[in-house]
Amino acid sequence: MTAALSLADVRKQFGETKIIRGVSLDIAKGERHAIIGPNGAGKTTLFNLISGRFPITSGSISLNGERIDTLAPHEINRRGLSRSFQITSIFPNMTVFENIRCGLLWSRGYRYTSFRLLGRQKALNAESEALLERLNLQSRRDLIAGLLSYAEQRALEIGITIAGGAEVILLDEPTAGMSNTETEYAVNLIRTVSEGKTLLMVEHDMSVVFGLADRVSVVVYGEVIASDVPAAIRSNMAVQEAYLGAEAQ
Amino acid sequence: MRTRTDLRWIWVIALAIALVLPWIFFDWKTSRHSGFVLTMLSEIGLMIVFALSFNMQMGQAGLLSFGHAVLFGLGGYTTAHALNAIRTSGIWFPLELVPLIGGMGGLAFGVVIGYIATKQRATAFAMITMGLSELVGAAALMFMTFFGGESGITTDRMIESSLVGASYSAPWQVYYLIVFWVFVSVALMWLHTQTPLGKMANAQRDNFERTQFVGYDPQLIRFWQFVVSGFFAGIAGSLYTIVYEIVTYDALAASKSANALLASYIGGVGGFFGPVLGATLVVLMQSGLSLLSNSWVLYIGVLFIVMVMYAPGGIVGLLGQHAPIARIGRLHELVLPYVRILVPALITVFGFVLLVELTSFVTIGATQGKKFKVGSLMIDAATAQPWMLAIGALLIGGLWLRLASRGFMRVWDGLIEEAKTLGGAAR
Repeated sequence: MTAALSLADVRKQFGETKIIRGVSLDIAKGERHAIIGPNGAGKTTLFNLISGRFPITSGSISLNGERIDTLAPHEINRRGLSRSFQITSIFPNMTVFENIRCGLLWSRGYRYTSFRLLGRQKALNAESEALLERLNLQSRRDLIAGLLSYAEQRALEIGITIAGGAEVILLDEPTAGMSNTETEYAVNLIRTVSEGKTLLMVEHDMSVVFGLADRVSVVVYGEVIASDVPAAIRSNMAVQEAYLGAEAQ
Repeated sequence: MRTRTDLRWIWVIALAIALVLPWIFFDWKTSRHSGFVLTMLSEIGLMIVFALSFNMQMGQAGLLSFGHAVLFGLGGYTTAHALNAIRTSGIWFPLELVPLIGGMGGLAFGVVIGYIATKQRATAFAMITMGLSELVGAAALMFMTFFGGESGITTDRMIESSLVGASYSAPWQVYYLIVFWVFVSVALMWLHTQTPLGKMANAQRDNFERTQFVGYDPQLIRFWQFVVSGFFAGIAGSLYTIVYEIVTYDALAASKSANALLASYIGGVGGFFGPVLGATLVVLMQSGLSLLSNSWVLYIGVLFIVMVMYAPGGIVGLLGQHAPIARIGRLHELVLPYVRILVPALITVFGFVLLVELTSFVTIGATQGKKFKVGSLMIDAATAQPWMLAIGALLIGGLWLRLASRGFMRVWDGLIEEAKTLGGAAR
């Protein structure tokens, strides 16, 4: 069975600086996979390479067995890979509802048309409402998205990310900067929306990682030093040295 | 749903005003329309379409164009050639539908120009449009057959084919044709904001990177938005040709592009309707002020600078800021503070205008042998008094305005604060 997402010896350098130094990683369909590692290890860069935001220097990235490493971000998205950002990335001047609807448009075949009124698209609007409900944001429906609280904006971004029905979802530090209650809520949200999908996420909060992930990869200095089930990672000496030990201090 | 019905009424009221306006200036003694007023109203109409099409790029998609008049002018040239072709060939094509030809011209050139310009966004886009504007401007003086050189292309709108049997020899007939097309265009542009392309243009403006990760190519969003905008700019240019029966280099020159920008910013680029107000105001100033003063361009420039500095949301933005206070029913408390700043503001404006007019008189007016008169009062610019008065009014008015505006802001901030807390409680 082909992996949902497969990286083979992916390298990235900016000028002379090698940021990603040969990462190979296979993520199976339906797996929830977390990437952990110290700051500056290249986790977010890895996300940017997978989602097509930056071109890779060498290696290959495949989505369901198809090479995607030369495609533009929107083309990768249309093939079923969607992502969120470490710094919240929504449409701040549009309403919450419109944000969600924008996330749905392409996948529902609306393309660049100027001949259909959005207000009349019953199925599309119903679908947007349903997603708002899943996100628990229906009370904020008509609010300008930029005015939402931080945690709500993060939830909205997850909503935009999953709206198009992508099979592979990349979340970059979805719970960063959240309080304990907010984190708990976010974890439940991520668990439900990633049901039956492939999830790859960067996360610093170990309780989130060990609570959600089926497998964990540890990235240190641009390389994957370990990739295993959470329990094995927890007891892996090298990992403790590089990462968890430093965290515990 | 209340807001929607309110909006519908605004359309009906605006249409009623547009239909009735020429009759207010009708001379019943001679049974003639005022040619000046009809031309001015027609100009307002076509400038509204032009400014709104500019704002499809600027406000809706965040694309600042310095060459929007290129699309307007090319729509105008296309129309002039089409009218001439219809006349010489004798083909039946009603004048009522000619603006569509101009629109298609604007759209076709929008495809060509947009293909180049929309490869970039932000500053690079602005620079490309400026370059293309210069390029087309130069081409207009080089390619005689299409552009007619400096004398432009003349035409005749009386092509003797009409859907309603009008000859369009009288300006009032032309005016009603323009009213029709302005309403159709404004309505279509409004509806466009509610379509997938219109919404994704907003999305691309707010966060172009995000649009990529929901499956859209932001470059193509910009391109299609540019093309649609070109269609409406072409319609505006077409109406221009029908009104004036001549298109020259001026129709696509940088100053025409600047007009669209001024009108949009003064009205407000944030919402949809701002440019409608802005275009109306700018044309009124152009037609009205230019009769009164040589320096009218300067006044429009100053108004533009003041708006951008103190009210970046334009007139519509200014009005919108009053909404929360109106909602708590405290708008009347602003009347007195407004009067308090109005007095020094008028003194400042008086001082400024007097100074500008004195300077303009000394440098231009006097050499033309004119006399500086306000009503029947003769003013001698060679004496010190009027200059002292102007400078005094400007200084005292300005300082007073500074003080008064502080008091105004105190009242304003207090009301806004209350509106916020009350609004929060209501929710």
